[in-house]
Amino acid sequence: MSIAVKDSEEFVFSPENLAWTEGQLKKYPKNRQMSCVMPFLQRAQEQNHGWVSIPIMEYIADFLDMPYIRVHEVASFYSMYNLKPVGKHVIEVCTTTPCWLRGSDDVVRACKDELGIGFGETTNDGEYTLLEVECAGACVNAPVIAYKEQYYEDLDDVSTRKFIKDLKAGVSPKPGPQNGRFKSCPMGGPTSLKDMVPNDATFGGDK
Amino acid sequence: MPMLKIDGIEIEVDQGTTVLQAAEQAGIEIPRFCYHERLSIAGNCRMCLVEVSPGPPKPAASCALPAADGMEVKTNTEKVKKFREGVMEFLLINHPLDCPICDQGGECDLQDQSMAYGIGDNRYNEKRRIVKEKKMGPLIRTIMTRCIHCTRCVRFADEVAGVPSLGAIGRGENTQITTYQEQAFQSEMSGNVVDLCPVGALTSKPYTFKARPWELKNTETIDVHDALGSNIRVDSRGRAIMRALPRVNEDVNEEWISDKTRHAVDGLGKNRLDRPYVKKNGKLQEVSWSEAFNLISKKIAGLNGNQIAGLVGDLCDAESMYAFKQMMNSLGAKIECRQDGSKIETEYRSGYLFNSGVAGIDDADAVLLVGSNPRHESPVLNARLRQRWLTRECKFANIGPEVDLSYKIEQLGDSAGILQDILDGKNNFADVLDKAKKPMIILGQGALNRMDSHGILKLVYDIVDKYSLVKDDWNGFNVLQTAASRVAALDMELVRDGGVDAIISGAEGGDIKVVYNLGADEIDSKRLKKAFVIYQGSHGDEGVRNADVILPGTAYTEKSGTYLNTEGRVQRTQQAIFGPGEAREDWTIFRALSEVIGNTLSFDDIVQLRAALIEDYPHFAILDRKPIAEWANTGTMAPLLNVGFTMAISDFYATNPIARASETMKECRNAMSNPNHAEGATGTNG
Repeated sequence: MSIAVKDSEEFVFSPENLAWTEGQLKKYPKNRQMSCVMPFLQRAQEQNHGWVSIPIMEYIADFLDMPYIRVHEVASFYSMYNLKPVGKHVIEVCTTTPCWLRGSDDVVRACKDELGIGFGETTNDGEYTLLEVECAGACVNAPVIAYKEQYYEDLDDVSTRKFIKDLKAGVSPKPGPQNGRFKSCPMGGPTSLKDMVPNDATFGGDK
Repeated sequence: MPMLKIDGIEIEVDQGTTVLQAAEQAGIEIPRFCYHERLSIAGNCRMCLVEVSPGPPKPAASCALPAADGMEVKTNTEKVKKFREGVMEFLLINHPLDCPICDQGGECDLQDQSMAYGIGDNRYNEKRRIVKEKKMGPLIRTIMTRCIHCTRCVRFADEVAGVPSLGAIGRGENTQITTYQEQAFQSEMSGNVVDLCPVGALTSKPYTFKARPWELKNTETIDVHDALGSNIRVDSRGRAIMRALPRVNEDVNEEWISDKTRHAVDGLGKNRLDRPYVKKNGKLQEVSWSEAFNLISKKIAGLNGNQIAGLVGDLCDAESMYAFKQMMNSLGAKIECRQDGSKIETEYRSGYLFNSGVAGIDDADAVLLVGSNPRHESPVLNARLRQRWLTRECKFANIGPEVDLSYKIEQLGDSAGILQDILDGKNNFADVLDKAKKPMIILGQGALNRMDSHGILKLVYDIVDKYSLVKDDWNGFNVLQTAASRVAALDMELVRDGGVDAIISGAEGGDIKVVYNLGADEIDSKRLKKAFVIYQGSHGDEGVRNADVILPGTAYTEKSGTYLNTEGRVQRTQQAIFGPGEAREDWTIFRALSEVIGNTLSFDDIVQLRAALIEDYPHFAILDRKPIAEWANTGTMAPLLNVGFTMAISDFYATNPIARASETMKECRNAMSNPNHAEGATGTNG
């Protein structure tokens, strides 16, 4: 919970981010600039290799004229702010009930095997971080991994291992369902209300 | 105004009253942990659940539910009983059963309410959480596993203390209350969170494992560490003061006290003068009372009144000063009380009182501080100013150096000349004062102990008249005193021409042969060296250096004494314990000494003394009322100096001998100057 690494380096927004903040600040009335704290933390996290350090929180607190502890509260409340340094590749595995029912245990085991680390840990080379997350909101395609703002869905042991091997090989895996399914459409075509299917429906694949 | 029914009792309440408050008005108690009448409503403990109709058929948190017309509230049904049992059971899931080793034991809300509303059992068999101790400074001990996340402390820091350094980090089961990066809680009122904490998560560090509430004797008394006269209760065991707690007085301190009031009490047991001493061959030696008295009598004999000077300190009670005055009068000598060099005069009472009253702050709509840092001079009064500031109905401005008052205040500049501008209407704030309905000017001692203070006073008087700060029911002229004894002393006209400087230079020049010092420790006593110095007081502090005779007196917890606070409110301390060794109440020492000198004082006990005091000063008889002093614009203009203001208090934690003797105050000072290293690890506090 407390911030493990005290980063002595100073933080300032990059010029692009600084320009971006101006637009954000305009969204809120005067004296309500504190409302920007979440997008600012998010941007700062992106700029700072995926994690929020103490200097970042203090910088944002000063930026928005709010007490340090208030920023710390926000940053520690939301699990999407990482308060510890993370690897280049952050792999977030959903283990909430629907994913778990659909076999997230296999996905987790595959991740741990392939990466050699547990949840909340980073590989020694600083490349991979494995995180357990609460419901990713993609239950129709459970189980799910979130990676770099993309979802990798309908995973099982084999496809998870392939996903990680691809990452390690430098190949970008294709986001979306990993079992050949189109979005969340039924596999192999409709299973009910078949009469009502329009003739030109593709279900994402061949007719 | 909404009319509602609570447990069958019909009650009409003000618009905006919550159901919980309405129930309180109807005489029905609803249990609660997070709700506190002086803090904002959080609604997160859920202990105050009630049944409400009309409305959804689910329990409602009465603390956060506004009372509405036609509401029917039930607090005594089987359902409500179940609600409370359920909440209680949840709260106790992670709360350790360590009441036997908890300092809160015996005065714990959670303990009491689990007895009253709990099921006395727990069905939880899973893992329980353990939370590491958090560092919060030298006054607050934390056992955070006990915390139930009511967030009273967080809200207090934010809203009352104005030092928003406490917060709840994490979420859900992992929520933890902490200061930012575990730094010390840097407020002069931090100790109040210990009182607010409904469980034993935040307890008093200096009081850790010292006593149990049921073995303490409670004495309701008055604080003397500043001139506010906070109402306190001191708890003693045997001959030791164990702790000081606030009492509620809405017109004075509400229910807060400063850390100095609360935690300087350990100074009452240190550096005490416990027997008479006389300097023989350059060394202080213990002597009997009669030997000391005879020596004083011998030294005084043959001197005229001008060769003897009296000094009174900041902590003296009115009775002592009255007896002192009577004795010195019989010798033809005069006493000086303004040991900080204040130029205030005694002619009109309104000229040295906080005339608006502390409670008057709640009505003020413009406040001008002149040479004052109320955060140090009276932290509780400053919190009240802050409450007013939070409403945004009151404009604040400051003349003096920029200070952190825990709220933002318009800085007019650091020069007395700005007062002239205001008087001439050249400053923007003149307009504010002119338009305000209830404007206040607060003069600090920093504005009154300057060479040009007469000029400053005259200017302020003129401003008061010009912008009609004094009206039928309002007097906006305020002096914030810093010494608990000062108003009573000024009432008794304990002033000499030239003030304390004249005494010092007189002693240096040989004009003053004898200086009788009653507890004045804020002077440079080295400069009294040439005179024969008698020091009477409770602590071996600055005053005893170079003293030729030392007479041990009692401190404020060891006597019943009358104190007038900065408003002129008369309040009385009660004796909690006996003084150490041969220390005596000051007035009895004067009574005994006067007999040796040959002018026996006319009273034999405190009742007769008070009767005489009240005969001379009738207003001393009216207890706990804010007096109304007649307004007068007096004095003459004097040229202003072109220098900035110097605040009267440079070190909040060392303003008097008791605070200076206190180890806790020393630790506070270290923690405040270096928040990251708030505590020395002892190896046993983990």
